Amino acid sequence: MKHRKVSALTGSLAAVALVLSACGGGDIAEEEDQNAEQAGEAGDCGDLNLAVNPWVGFEADAYVVGHVAEEKFGCKVSYPELAEEVSWQGFGTGEVDVVIEDWGHPDLEKQYFADSGDGSAMEMGPTGNIGVIGWYVPPWMAEKYPDITDWENLSKYADLFETPESGGKGQFLGADPSYVQFDEAIVANLDLPFKVVFSGSEAASIAAFRRAEEEKTPLIGYFYDPQWFMSAVPLVRVNLPAHTDGCQDDAKSVACDYPETELKKIVSTEWAESGSPATDLVKGFSWTNDDQNLVAKYIAEDGMSAEDAAAKWVDENPDKVEAWLS
Amino acid sequence: MSAATVERKPETAADPGGAPAPDEAVPRRRVPLWWWLAGVLGAWVVLSIVLGDRWTLYLPGQGTRGIHETLGDFRRDLIAGRDDNPVMQAVGALSDLFNTVVEWLQGLVSQAAFPRPVPQIGWLGVIGIAGWVSLAVAGWKHALGVVAGLGAIGLLGYWPEAMDTLIITFFSVAICLLVGLPIAVLMGTNRRVNAIVTPVLDVMQTMPSFVYLAPMALFFSLGPAIAVAVTVVYAMPPAIRISAHALRAVSPTTIEATTSMGQTAGQRLRKVQLPMARRTIIIGVNQTMMAALSMVVIAGFVNSPGLGIPVLRALRAGDNQVGVAFVAGLSIVVVAIVLDRVTTAASERSELAARGAAPGRGRWILLGVVGIAAVVMVYLSRTYFSLATFPESEVGPRVADAVQSAADWANDHLRGVTTFVQETTTTLFINPLQDLVAGSPWFVTGAALVLLAQLLGGWRATLSTVVCVGGILATGLWYDAMVTLTSVLVATVFVMVVALVLGVWMARRRGVDRVLRPVLDAAQVMPSFVYLIPVLGLFGPGRFTAIFAAVVYAVPVAAKLVADGVRQVSPTTVEAATAAGSTAFQLITKVQLPMARGHLVLAANQGLLYVLSIVVIGGLVGGGALGYDVALGFSRSEFFGKGLAAGIAIVLLGVMVDRVAKQAAERRR
Repeated sequence: MKHRKVSALTGSLAAVALVLSACGGGDIAEEEDQNAEQAGEAGDCGDLNLAVNPWVGFEADAYVVGHVAEEKFGCKVSYPELAEEVSWQGFGTGEVDVVIEDWGHPDLEKQYFADSGDGSAMEMGPTGNIGVIGWYVPPWMAEKYPDITDWENLSKYADLFETPESGGKGQFLGADPSYVQFDEAIVANLDLPFKVVFSGSEAASIAAFRRAEEEKTPLIGYFYDPQWFMSAVPLVRVNLPAHTDGCQDDAKSVACDYPETELKKIVSTEWAESGSPATDLVKGFSWTNDDQNLVAKYIAEDGMSAEDAAAKWVDENPDKVEAWLS
Repeated sequence: MSAATVERKPETAADPGGAPAPDEAVPRRRVPLWWWLAGVLGAWVVLSIVLGDRWTLYLPGQGTRGIHETLGDFRRDLIAGRDDNPVMQAVGALSDLFNTVVEWLQGLVSQAAFPRPVPQIGWLGVIGIAGWVSLAVAGWKHALGVVAGLGAIGLLGYWPEAMDTLIITFFSVAICLLVGLPIAVLMGTNRRVNAIVTPVLDVMQTMPSFVYLAPMALFFSLGPAIAVAVTVVYAMPPAIRISAHALRAVSPTTIEATTSMGQTAGQRLRKVQLPMARRTIIIGVNQTMMAALSMVVIAGFVNSPGLGIPVLRALRAGDNQVGVAFVAGLSIVVVAIVLDRVTTAASERSELAARGAAPGRGRWILLGVVGIAAVVMVYLSRTYFSLATFPESEVGPRVADAVQSAADWANDHLRGVTTFVQETTTTLFINPLQDLVAGSPWFVTGAALVLLAQLLGGWRATLSTVVCVGGILATGLWYDAMVTLTSVLVATVFVMVVALVLGVWMARRRGVDRVLRPVLDAAQVMPSFVYLIPVLGLFGPGRFTAIFAAVVYAVPVAAKLVADGVRQVSPTTVEAATAAGSTAFQLITKVQLPMARGHLVLAANQGLLYVLSIVVIGGLVGGGALGYDVALGFSRSEFFGKGLAAGIAIVLLGVMVDRVAKQAAERRR
C-alpha cells in the first residue's frame, strides 16, 4: 500500500518534470558552448566595480554609467551596494573602482588621498550636478507665509514648528546621519529659538516632508537637490546668511548658509591607472540635476528597476551619451 | 541592533550563567517594599524639580568628547597600517577562503556558473534535493512543507536572492558550530571557562552590529566573507550558550555512575554527555539559524548577497516601494519558518532515534525512491532553462500591489488617529519620564538607579548597576543613554500590555492560539526595515515611532511567553476557582496571572532586551539618542568613536536591566 503511494508520487513528479521540460525554453548546453566561445573575444574592459551609495540619485548615476560601460566597452559591471565610508575603504583593496557621486568628505579625503593619506583614492572631475544643501519648508508654507524664506523671520514663526519632540522650541528636522550638517551650530549662533531633532534617515525626512505638504502641517528641515522627491514636492529654500569662503571651516561657529557643492567623481587610483576604456567614460560623464532627477524618478516614483531606468534614459538621450565618449 | 535577538529564548535566559545567588533569605521588612520604591521615586521627582535642568551632561547630536576622538583614532590607525598589519593579512587570507567557498556555492545554486548561463543546479533540482533531505531528517509532512516554501519563494520572485541567503546562513551556521561547539564543551565542563566566556557572549549579542560593520570590513574585505563574519559574531552565542547549558544539564548521577565505572573524561563526553544533550544542541542549531537570518538585512549594508539587498533598495526608494519591500521581507520569513520547522522536527526525531526507534524497511525504500526522483530533477534542471531559472510569475507583483494599496489606504485614512496617538503618548508618557530620567542631574539619576536596583534585586544587582552606571558615564554619553533608557522603558511597558492581552487570550482559546501563533512567528522574523516606511508615514519621525517599531518587534516573543505561562497553570486550580464562583476576569487577575508570575517576569525581561536590540533602528526613524549616535558613527568616519561609545553604552544598559531583572525574579521565587 505504502509502496504504491510512493511510486505513484515519483511517477507523478517525473511526469510533472517532463511536462515542464517540454514547454521549457531553450537548451542550456547550447548556450553554454556559445558562452565558452565568446569568452575569448570579450573586450579589454574587464571588471568594473561601481559602488552604489544608499540614495536613489546615486543609483541613477551609477547605473547610467554602468549601462554605457556594458554596451560600449563590454565591461563586466558589478554594483556593490555600500555606505560611503565603506566604499572608500574598498578603493585600496580593488573592491570598489568608482564612487560616482561625492558630496565632499574632508575626513575621508584626508585618509585616502595621496597628499595626506595612503593615496588609494583620487578625484576624477565633477559630475555636472550641483548639490544645493539648505533649510527647506514645504511649498504650502512658502505660499501662506511668503516672508518665511528669510531666516530673520524664522523666530516669529518658531511657535508654528513646535512639536512634542522639540521641548517647547520650534522643531528643526535634521537629516540622515551620513550628511554633513551644521544645523545645531547655525541655530545656536544665529540665536534662533529652535531645537534640532534628527530624522535619522533620508526615508524619514522624505516621509516627514511629504506628510507636511499633504496635511498642511508646518515643518522646516535640512534638505537638498538633486533629489527625486523635489519633483514630487518642490520644497522651498529658506535663505540663511550668505555663504562666504571658509565660513563653515570651524564646525562650532558656523552661522552661514551651506555652499553650493560641485558633486565629484572619486575613483580608485589603481583603477584610474589601469588603462581600462571605462576610465574615459567616467572622466567624461557629466549631466544636469534635471537629468538625474528624471532617472531617479523612474526608479523611486515609477518603480522601474535601476537597469531599466538607466537604459531608458540612455536610449532617449543618445547625443548626451555621445558627448561623454568623445 | 536592528537585528533580532531571536535566540534569547527561555533556555538562554534561564541559563544560570554564574552560580545562582547564594541564599540570601528575603529579609522580613517592617516597611513593605512598595513604600520604599515610592519613597525613592518621590525623592527623585522632587530633586529633579528642585535642581532643574542642570548637570545632565547633555551633548549635542553632532558633538563629541575626548574619549570619542581617542576611540576614533584607533580605527584611523588601523586603516593607515592596513598594508602591513599581520592580523589583517591573516584574516584576509581566511576571508579569501570564505569568498571562494561562497562563490563556488553560488555557482552551484544561485548565480550563473560561467560558461553556463545558469547555475549548475536549477530551482527544480534544489527543490528535489531539499525535499529529499528534509524527508530524511524530518519526515513527510515537513518535506512537503519545504517544497511548498521553496515554491512560494520562487513565485514571490526572489529565488536567486533566497538561495544566496541560504548559502550565507548555512555557511555561517557551520562555522558557528565548528567554533562554538568546542567552546561549549569547555564551558559545559569547566566553571572557570564559563565565567570568562559568558560576558563575552553578552557583548556579542547586545553590541549593535552597525558598530563593528565598518571596522570588520577592513579585515574581511567587502565580498561575501564580511557577511559571513558579521553573521557569525551575532549568531554564535546561542549555539554556545544552549549547548553548554545542555551539557551541564546532564544529570550528575549519570556522570558519577560512569566515572565510577572508570570512564575517561573523553569517553564520558563522547558516549554520555553529547548523546544525552543531543536534542538540546539541535535546538541550539535552530536558534543559531534564526539569529543568522535576522542578520540578512544588516549584512545587506555591506553588500552581502541575499534578500537584504532588495529590502534595502526598496527602503531607499521610499513610500512607493513599501509593497516590494514587504515581498522581499516575506521571502525571508518563509525561509525562516521552513528552516525553523525542519530543524525542530529533526530534533524531535533525533530524540526518538536515540531511544532506539529504528526506521522500518518501508522508510528506506521511500528514501531511495524519492532520492532517485531528486536526481532526475537535478538532471532536468541542468538541461532546461525553465527548470533552471524560476519562471516569472505574477504572484510577487500582485502581493506587492495589494500591500502597497493597504499601506496607501492607511496613510490616507488613519493619519488623524495616528497623529493624535503619537502626540498624546509623547506628551503624557515619554516627555515627563524623560524629564525625570534624563533631565535630572546625572548624580541624582545615577543614585536613584542604584537604590532601585538595591530594593528590587539586592546586593548583586546593586553591584552590577554601579559598574554599569560608571561605565555609561565613562562613555561620555550619559544624557543620550538616559533618553534611550526612557524610550526602552516606555516601549517595554507597551510590550507587556499588548503581550498580556494577546497571551491571555491565546492561552484561554485554542482557536485564537492557532491563528495568532503563526502570525507572531512571522512578525518576529520579518525585518523591521520592511515596515519602517509605512510607520513613518503614519507617525512621522520621532521617539514615538522608534518605540512603536520596537513594540511591534518585541511583542511576539513576550506574548508567546505569557501564553505558555498562563497555560501551565494547573487545570485543577482553575477548575477550583471556577467552582468557587470566580468570574473570568477574577480568574485571570487573581489566579492565572499571579501563578504565571515566573513567565511574566521572563516575558518582561525578554521584551526589554528585544526592545534594546533595535535601538539603532529607532535611531533611523527619529528616536535619536544612542541609536542615532551608532548610526552616525557607522556613516561618518569622524564620528566612529562616538558610535563605538554609544554601542558600549547600549551593552551596559542591557547588562544593567538584565541583571537587575534576573536578581529581582530570583528573590521573588
